[in-house]
Amino acid sequence: MDLKGKKVIVIGERDGIQGPSIEACIKSAGAEPVIVQTQCFV
Amino acid sequence: MVNYSEKEDSKPVVKCVSYFLAHVPSMVRHGSKPSREIGNHSFLLPQFLAHLRTFDQAVAYPPNQVFIGNLDPDDLLRNIPSPWFLNPIRNSSRWGPFGEIMPEEEFYGLMKICDEFQIMLMEDAFLQETAERLRTHPLFVAEDVQKLGKGRSLGQIEKELDVPETIPLYVNRDRLIGCLRRARGGGAEDDANLAPSILMENLATRASGVMALRHLISKVPGICQIDYLLGCGEEAVGDRYNRGGGNMAKAIGQLSGCSSATGSDVKAFCCAPVHAIVIAAGLVASGIFNNVAVVAGGSFAKLGMKAEGHINHNQMILEDVLAGIAILVTRNDWKSPVIRLDSIGKHEIGTGSAQQAIMEKLVVEPLNRLGMKLSQIDKYATEMHNPEITEPQGSGNVPMTNYRTIGGLAVLRNEIRREELDRFVEIHGMPGFSPTQGHIASAVPVLGHSVRKMIAGQMQTTMFLAKGSLFLGRMTQMSDGMSFLLERNKHSG
Repeated sequence: MDLKGKKVIVIGERDGIQGPSIEACIKSAGAEPVIVQTQCFV
Repeated sequence: MVNYSEKEDSKPVVKCVSYFLAHVPSMVRHGSKPSREIGNHSFLLPQFLAHLRTFDQAVAYPPNQVFIGNLDPDDLLRNIPSPWFLNPIRNSSRWGPFGEIMPEEEFYGLMKICDEFQIMLMEDAFLQETAERLRTHPLFVAEDVQKLGKGRSLGQIEKELDVPETIPLYVNRDRLIGCLRRARGGGAEDDANLAPSILMENLATRASGVMALRHLISKVPGICQIDYLLGCGEEAVGDRYNRGGGNMAKAIGQLSGCSSATGSDVKAFCCAPVHAIVIAAGLVASGIFNNVAVVAGGSFAKLGMKAEGHINHNQMILEDVLAGIAILVTRNDWKSPVIRLDSIGKHEIGTGSAQQAIMEKLVVEPLNRLGMKLSQIDKYATEMHNPEITEPQGSGNVPMTNYRTIGGLAVLRNEIRREELDRFVEIHGMPGFSPTQGHIASAVPVLGHSVRKMIAGQMQTTMFLAKGSLFLGRMTQMSDGMSFLLERNKHSG
């Protein structure tokens, strides 16, 4: 998937991959994060 | 970083651990998620009530038996088939070596004993029945029972329920036996921080903490006094001018015979108990205090949080218990396991939030400091949430995720081969068995088991690591974490 120029909503997970980590990845792929959250499901 | 005393007699040890469960199915409807869902869709209430467990079912539930010490965590892996809720333990007891599972009737009485401001009104016949039950409980005294006082008529309670916000209290799913009303006086009438829903949470937290601490003290008959109490729950006690002001520790200690103690609370979301244990170890090792107890009550808000998943899978609602923990840290008694002060791991502000970075800080860095390999640690205690509670709601198997991350680090360090990862998890991990009570589930449920095994000479080391979700408070996107190594006392023979 080409993420360049795309706006992205990021929902990470506490014991999985957290929001800021996903944010860093999608930024490096040229996407724009518009919301970054980390959830705790327990 | 660490400059600690090498003197043997000042080494801090975990002398005793206790755990408490209150089985409160009739309170599940007041948990944060159920109360919002039922409030929006009243037709859901019968579904909730139809999926509640009986007390006997909760006692016979294998993970609860592990929690109070009648079973070992590895029994869930090797000896008890899953699903555990379909494989109850025959002839199981509410009493265990670490504590007990208390029925809700008695727990209401305990909450009433904790109620110093006449917030709870109880129906008189129920109150007298409860008094009779508590008289036979080994950890209640006549003074406790006197505090129950005299109850009200059912009519008076029904009238009180006409007042907005007043919370009805039930047993046996839907038998009305009391209510919890708004605090009065001093501006409490319009203080959102003293709303009945918040006071109910706090009273339940205090009550479950009191029982954990009473059990702890009862198991250490030689203990002359506790000097300091460290609370580590996730409640927020205070009024409009000091929301979260806290010191639940002292409120719990007051009803547990700790008249010589003072205390304070440590706030760090789920990983507060591990922070508190490390602080307790420091207080003891420095000589400031000899006996420090870490204590926490349960998380009322999380009752029934994942009930929807349980109902949709036609299984009983398993988030129907409130938990309490108490841990006594003392100077070296030459027997109890030692908290290695040179092993403390911490998630630093600059660490970032990637799982690998967090685990490097909590596991790898401390072990590097000690010159140890990951595979040299007997067991890791991480987030111990019971997967039977989390998986039906799609929250995954949290302990397994964490154990695989730790095993992955062992692979990256060439300690094990990739194909040995499952074996690493089996040997150094264990199934999750803790109620999903936030801070309660975070590594500390394993502590009692490790202490018992180390004193018996069956285990050498356990590494405790806990993580906190600071981002939930919307102040920072950061995570948190803390770890320490518990080691068998080399003087214990």
